[in-house]
Amino acid sequence: MQRKKECVAMLLAGGQGSRLYALTNNIAKPAVAFGAKYRIIDFPLSNCINSGIDTVGVLTQYQPLELNEYIGNGQPWDLDRSFGGVHILSPYQAKKKSSWFEGTANAIYQNMQFMKKYNPDYVLILSGDHIYKMDYAAMIKAHKATGADCTIAAIEVPINEASRFGILNTNPDGSIYEFEEKPKVPKSNLASMGIYVFTASKLFRYLEADEKNPDSSKDFGKDVLPAMLNAGEKMYSYRFNGYWKDVGTISSLWESNMDLLGEAPAFDVGDQNWKIHSRNPLAPPEYIGETAVVDNSLVALGCEIEGTVINSVLATGVVVERGALVKDSVIMADTIVKQNAKVEYSIIDENVKVEENAVVGKPRAKGVGIAVLGRDITIASGACVAAGEILDKDYKGENNNG
Amino acid sequence: MANQAVGVIFSNIHDENIPELSRKRTMASIPFGGRYRLIDFALSNLVNSGITTVGIVTKNNYQSLIDHLGSGKDWDLARKDGGIILLPPYSDDTDVPYTSRLEALKGITGFLHRRKEDYVVISDCDGISRIDIADVLRFHEERQADITMVYHAEKNVKCKYFMTLEPDETGRVKSLQINPNKSGTVNRYINVMIMSREFLLGTIQDAVTRGLTSFGHDILAKNVDTLKLYGYAFEGYYAGIDSIQSYYAHSMELLDKNVRSELFAARDIYTKVRDSAPSKYIEGATVKNSLISDGCVIEGTVENCILFRGVNIGKGSVVRNSIIMQDTVIGANVELDCVITDKNAVIRDRRRLAGCEELPYFIGKGRMI
Repeated sequence: MQRKKECVAMLLAGGQGSRLYALTNNIAKPAVAFGAKYRIIDFPLSNCINSGIDTVGVLTQYQPLELNEYIGNGQPWDLDRSFGGVHILSPYQAKKKSSWFEGTANAIYQNMQFMKKYNPDYVLILSGDHIYKMDYAAMIKAHKATGADCTIAAIEVPINEASRFGILNTNPDGSIYEFEEKPKVPKSNLASMGIYVFTASKLFRYLEADEKNPDSSKDFGKDVLPAMLNAGEKMYSYRFNGYWKDVGTISSLWESNMDLLGEAPAFDVGDQNWKIHSRNPLAPPEYIGETAVVDNSLVALGCEIEGTVINSVLATGVVVERGALVKDSVIMADTIVKQNAKVEYSIIDENVKVEENAVVGKPRAKGVGIAVLGRDITIASGACVAAGEILDKDYKGENNNG
Repeated sequence: MANQAVGVIFSNIHDENIPELSRKRTMASIPFGGRYRLIDFALSNLVNSGITTVGIVTKNNYQSLIDHLGSGKDWDLARKDGGIILLPPYSDDTDVPYTSRLEALKGITGFLHRRKEDYVVISDCDGISRIDIADVLRFHEERQADITMVYHAEKNVKCKYFMTLEPDETGRVKSLQINPNKSGTVNRYINVMIMSREFLLGTIQDAVTRGLTSFGHDILAKNVDTLKLYGYAFEGYYAGIDSIQSYYAHSMELLDKNVRSELFAARDIYTKVRDSAPSKYIEGATVKNSLISDGCVIEGTVENCILFRGVNIGKGSVVRNSIIMQDTVIGANVELDCVITDKNAVIRDRRRLAGCEELPYFIGKGRMI
């Protein structure tokens, strides 16, 4: 008997994430830190294992070093398997032709051999830049029940934002009659989440056809899905009603972090029934000092807090010294905010030093932008980083996303 | 260098010192410092000096220890050759598991014979410290010692069973006493020793033929003059856990920045990973001078406390000077002072409990109050 996997997941993690500016200078977007102890890729990987999918190809291209190291052998997600498990798939040199991944469809096409090795019935395509908890097994079940060739996860978005998404126009039974990629005048507000279940044989056939088409941009949304629809394949939407956020911009990354806070948070990372797995740092419990105030915040292990932390998300090993204020901010691992420094409405990457009396960002208000500091920089004592400013070692510019 | 050494950890010895916490577990698996078990410190010291094989001698109640250790991967000890090797009691001629260290060692001679390393590092689990074992090994080799014992200068030792050493300026032990009645500073042996595997096997063999039973009395104390017995002075932070009082006192010492930085600044104390979420401080929570582990949700007031993973502190509750272990749920408007709750305890709304520093009020595992 040939060994097989019913479903293989392919996770597109090659994106540069250029709209995250300084935060993705040296790392791929899925490796960006999120929610005090996670990285974005922890969410799709945890969803996979929690849905019983134990074979995942992670397609990397842009700055893959840190992402590769983070995923390692997949053990933190229970994805170290002798048959299956998580595999990093990077562009490779082939005998006849070698190239970078050109579009999402081409990236999957170039890894056809990986998928075929597992002889799957279904292929699940995921992207590595969304924060959500989703049971893919339920989606695959729906895919089987409708007898679809392709099922696309879809979520309702505000109609004024719909033109940023791939929009699905569906019949009452959920079948898709039209697919519009980023339409100027959207007919519905049902957006594709970039999560697809394909019947494997159909996917392989259409990928091969798309590859031969010289006019194709080799993208799922623009080419493969419309081609399938035009050919009359059965395509269904799969409604998702939970929390889902594309964290591709500074402001959405900030908002999504804030959604973790509170007694009944919009998004609960502490859900015991749907654990988010991650690589865990070796740090002691956080210490909250005599002079500290910590209010409405998430604080990770290894932090040392003597100052005031309000409405903020602090990652492993962050130090907030006496008299310092951190408010409405996301602080990534090992950053130090020294005495009497002030950080408001900011995202600060790993290993930054904010020296004494420095001021980063402005109090959150309408029209005020989020200040962003890239990793490993030092803000001099008494210096001031303006609201909306983006600073890192090589780049200085304005964040227009605030 | 330390690849020349194999580690042996005694998980049960000293259990009787702290019956409250070792009733349902080994000394090794007593929770400490928010997210650790006592064995994590001994194991991390061995691993951080390059040791890749550690035999763990167990006697009874070791389910929680097995659960904690798993395959050993969290200590980087899931190895093809060596790694963590559990050594449960082995008896061929009696029904009684070992009663002394010497008998326990006799039970693991098979393991010791099979290993190839030159040295054996023997460590107990009753101490919190960050010792550079590789340096102790260098000391041992330089002096060509038979046995090197690590000691720590300490005042007013109150432990039930302990040894003190008096080394000369070269480190050679001139006198070794068991439970001496001395006040003031003594050189307390901290239950870490090194000897060659060959020497240890010879000693065990000799003890068996002569019917000896006590490692401390029959092998160490009686032979101070003839053995090349050396003492290695450990000058860093050491906390010996020998009673519920010292457990409480040493836990609270972690609130001292110097102690924390000595133990944890290098971030090399390994422990079992649980994938808890970061701790959440709800609006209105007040936390002062406390260590908080991951997975906690705090709505009330916490002062001078150690909170383990997954603790819930309800609204209006005030918890002071307490050690709250894993997954304890504290309801609303509870007041606790000088309390130790073991794992999974539940304190219902409006309960008031207090102990004192000399006698913290202890709430057992899974108790509901």
